[in-house]
Order: sequence, then C-alpha cells, then structure tokens
Amino acid sequence: MGELYDKIAQDVRFVESLSACINCGTCTAICPAAEFYDYDPRIIASTVQTKDDVQIEALLRSETIWYCGECMSCKTRCPRGNTPGLIIIALRSLSQDLGLFTDSEKGRQQFALKRTIGEWMLRYGYCVHPEAMDIELHPEQGPVWEWEKEHIEDVMNRLGANYKGDGPGILRKIPQSALDELQSIFDITGGTERYNRIETFSKQKADELGIEFGPGTENDYFNFVYSTNNNKHYSKE
Amino acid sequence: MNIEGKRLLWQDYQKEIADDNYYYARSCIRQNFFPGSEKAFLKILREELGKDIHDEAAHTTCTGIGYHSDIVPFDTTMTVVARQFALMTEAGYRNFVPSCITSFGLYTEILETWHHFPEVEEKVRRFLKEATGREFEKPKNLAHASDIIYKFRNEIAVKAKYRLIDKNTGEPLRVVEHIGCHYSKMFPNKGVGGAEYPYVLTGMIEAWGGEVIDYPERRHCCGFGFRQYIVRANRGYSIACSKKKFESMEPYNPDLIITNCPGCPMFLDRWQYALSEMEGKTYSKDGNGIPVFTYEEVAGLVLGYNPWDLGLQLHQVQTEPVLDKIGIEYDKSLKFKGLNGEDLGEPKSPSFLKFYKDE
Repeated sequence: MGELYDKIAQDVRFVESLSACINCGTCTAICPAAEFYDYDPRIIASTVQTKDDVQIEALLRSETIWYCGECMSCKTRCPRGNTPGLIIIALRSLSQDLGLFTDSEKGRQQFALKRTIGEWMLRYGYCVHPEAMDIELHPEQGPVWEWEKEHIEDVMNRLGANYKGDGPGILRKIPQSALDELQSIFDITGGTERYNRIETFSKQKADELGIEFGPGTENDYFNFVYSTNNNKHYSKE
Repeated sequence: MNIEGKRLLWQDYQKEIADDNYYYARSCIRQNFFPGSEKAFLKILREELGKDIHDEAAHTTCTGIGYHSDIVPFDTTMTVVARQFALMTEAGYRNFVPSCITSFGLYTEILETWHHFPEVEEKVRRFLKEATGREFEKPKNLAHASDIIYKFRNEIAVKAKYRLIDKNTGEPLRVVEHIGCHYSKMFPNKGVGGAEYPYVLTGMIEAWGGEVIDYPERRHCCGFGFRQYIVRANRGYSIACSKKKFESMEPYNPDLIITNCPGCPMFLDRWQYALSEMEGKTYSKDGNGIPVFTYEEVAGLVLGYNPWDLGLQLHQVQTEPVLDKIGIEYDKSLKFKGLNGEDLGEPKSPSFLKFYKDE
C-alpha cells in the first residue's frame, strides 16, 4: 500500500474516523457542504480506503478537500461511527505538510487564514479582535458593527468590559507572559512549522504566478487568494 | 409531533453538570460581538445564584477557530488546551466551563482522544512542561456555560420579573432554538438531550414561559464553516446555510431565535442584514427580521436586566419588537449612549431592515 496512506494512517484523527466505510452515503445526505458545493464525503472515505497513492495525491492537490465546513454533522449520522470531517482534517494537514495545497484555488486560501486569524491569535491572544476585524474585509457585518468599531472603547466600557486593561475581564489585554507561552507552545509542537510551510509554499506559488507577495494583508497575493472564486465549485442543481 | 415521546427520549440524554465552583474560560468571538452576555453570565451566577466562578486573566484563545481552519496542528491545539487546564489546576478548580461551543467541542474531543490514546496525553504533558513549565489535572467536570444556565433554569424562573409571554394575548412567545453544531453532534452523550433532541435551550425556553418551534431545518448548521466564512471567496456557503434555515423557519412566524454558540447568533443576525441588502427580503411580516439572542441575554431579560446593559444595541436585527411584546421597560433614548450618557452618535440605518433609534 501507499506511502501517502501510511502518512495519513499515523494521524490519530484518521485512526478515530475511519473503520470500514460501507459507502451508504448517509454522510453526504446530511452534509451542508454537499448541498452547496460539488462535494461528496462518501467518495472521500471511499477514495482513502483504496490506499491508492495516485488517488490520494490527487485528493491532496484537489479543490474537493477544502469544501467541508467541519460542522461534524456526519459524525452524528454515520451508522459505522466514522467521521468524514475528521478524515478531511487529516487530509488537509498532509496537503499542507507536502505543499500540495497551493495547487488548488481553495487550498491556496490557507495563506489568507494564516495571515488573519493565524497571526491574530499570536498577536492578541484572541482569534479575533476588534482592531483586526476590518470593515473592508467584512462588509456583511453591517452598520451596527461599523458603529461599534468606531466607538469600541466607549461601547466596551459601557458594557462592563476591561478593554485592553490588566487583570481579568472581557477583551482584557492578554498578559505578555501568556502570549510568550503561546508562542513557545507553537514553536515546540509544530504550530510555527506549519505557519512557516504555509508561508514558504505560498511565496513559491506567488512567484510562479507572478503576483506581488508582501507582509500582512495588503498585498496582491493575499487579495488574490482571499477573493478569487472561479465559480466552478458548485453542485449541479 | 408527539411531545411526550420526545420527553421520554430526552430522559436518556442527561449529563452531569457540576453544582458550584466553576472555572470560566471566555470566548474570543463572544467577547467581540456579545460582551454583555459574558457579563450577564457571571452576574447571574454570582448575584442571582450565589455561585463561585473564577474569571481568569491569563488564559488565551484555545486556537479552536485556527484548528478547524486547519492552520493549527492538533498537537499545538492540545497543548494550548492543556495550558488552560493548568491554569484551572493552579487556581484550585476542577469544574471547567467554556463560554464557547467550538472550545467545548474541542475540549471534549481532546479529553476523549486522551482517554483512547493515553500516549497522546503523555506527549502533550511533555510538550506543556517543556514550553511553559506547567503541569495540569484534567477537569472533573466539563460543562458548557449554557449547561449551567440550563441546570438553574427553574431557579431563574422563580426570580423572573418577566416571562416569554405576549403581554397582550397571554400566549407564549414562539421561539426557534439553534444549537451550535459542536455542542453535541460530535459527542452526543456530552450534551443535554444528545444530538437528536438537544434540550439545553428548549429547557430554558419552556421554564421561562415560551413555546419551542419544531421546524424542518432545526438542526442545520448556521453556516460558519470556519474557512467558509473567514475567507471572503467562500462566504456564499455561509450565507446559503443561514438562508436555508430562515426560509424553513419563516412560515412558523417565530418571535425570536435563541442560540448557545458564539458564532451562530452573529451569523444569524448579520446574514439577515446581508440578505435584506442583497434581495430586499426580511424574514418577518413587519419587516423587522427575526431577532437573535444569546441564552444569557434572554435569561437577563426575564430577570429584568436593562436591555442596554445586556448589549442588545449591538444587534443588527433590532430586538425591540420582542421587548415590546413581553412588556419589558427600557429607555430608547439611552440605546446608543456611553457609560455616563455620552453621545456616541448612532449606526446608519440599513436599506430594508427596520431600525429603531431615539426618535
């Protein structure tokens, strides 16, 4: 059997999520992604079960593995106790380890995720922070959020928050010592390595496509991966 | 629907929820969008119920949104969660209460993983020691913050100033309850009522006088989908899921939606705004849209808290129709004011959704 299959089989999430899928398709029936995208978790489970490296590599380079929303509705319904959503997590991890994620439009978006919530977590200690939630990136947030953001200190103060303050409370400043520990955990456990791989492979792809690559979110490659949609991802109906 | 049959089933899906001495872990998303809810939760526990709950300054994001966006490896997330457990241990607590459903699901998954793979737990203990010098005990009890309010729903009902009842007709308000997917879809036996009939919010609604609506897409995801919302190119997935739910619930004329997840109320609120701007469509006959609440906001309202202390002014879909129907008193001139009545201006009005301000 294949090397790629062996790599996936080392992932504890995979061990927990796939034992002899009977291809009944119940996961596909309940799946929100299958309703929206041209996506079928039953086929994912079936393909991985072949242990065929050619097919698995095609998956790792594909748009397909990035369609799942990880709601895990499949876990509830599978009569075999399998979890296609966890298989997806294992496949996405391997796709990033091997640098294959930049072959697909949806896979390339990992760069945008790293540059936004990935960096916010280490900078603020929160996965989202009012300073980071730009109206331009989130027009759907609407006028009330725009007002809240404009008056964030007064609004948070009104609601009893401890905005950027010391000690406990809502949106407190996470102590530097805690941020240092978070960074240290990322360094030791592979989090920083994954971030670096996303950066390295994304830079390679940007160079290959001739798109400007720079820091933060104000560069052409970020906007390219954050906004591009070729509109060929959807279910037929 | 045979309600009695469902009640019998729910009896098989009860979980143990600690009675007191809680360690609270805040939610990143809720602190941004629903700060008043976390404030109300602590106030209800401490002042109404006389409980001890620890509010920790040094905990961080659990990285759950990053984990489910696949940019954070499992080892990293497990070690960050182990650090939260270490802070709980050091503070002298063993009953862990996350405010976030993504966190709750992740903590549950990690504890289950460690149960089935003890070598993984040992590896994480080594990682944590090396990275931070810390050690930890696992929680004796893990309950989501909504589990705690559920547990004390009847005590809250006894103290209630208002009930979820139309003051003019005496009829119960018609309530849609929306449970975050990661509350019990992954581990049904860790949620009150399991995955099929989650009772955690239904129990509150019934105790406080409302009537729960059973509609076809009741258990469908709100559409967050992590990368499916965060990346602009994917947001069609997110808004399509919410739209599917709105269209399914609309014929039942709900007065309000109650949620127990950080993201869901934000999406169900904001996507109603976006759909109204895109299609001119509002999902209520009066053009207001369906107001979306957190469970703490509803608990706070029935207890008689000031709606503007609860943060209802931060909702895009206006909540006044629910307040008026129940007969809750409020001062509309203070809605968008600062702590000491400072003038902070007002949000702009949307194109279609009704908007209530000091007029």
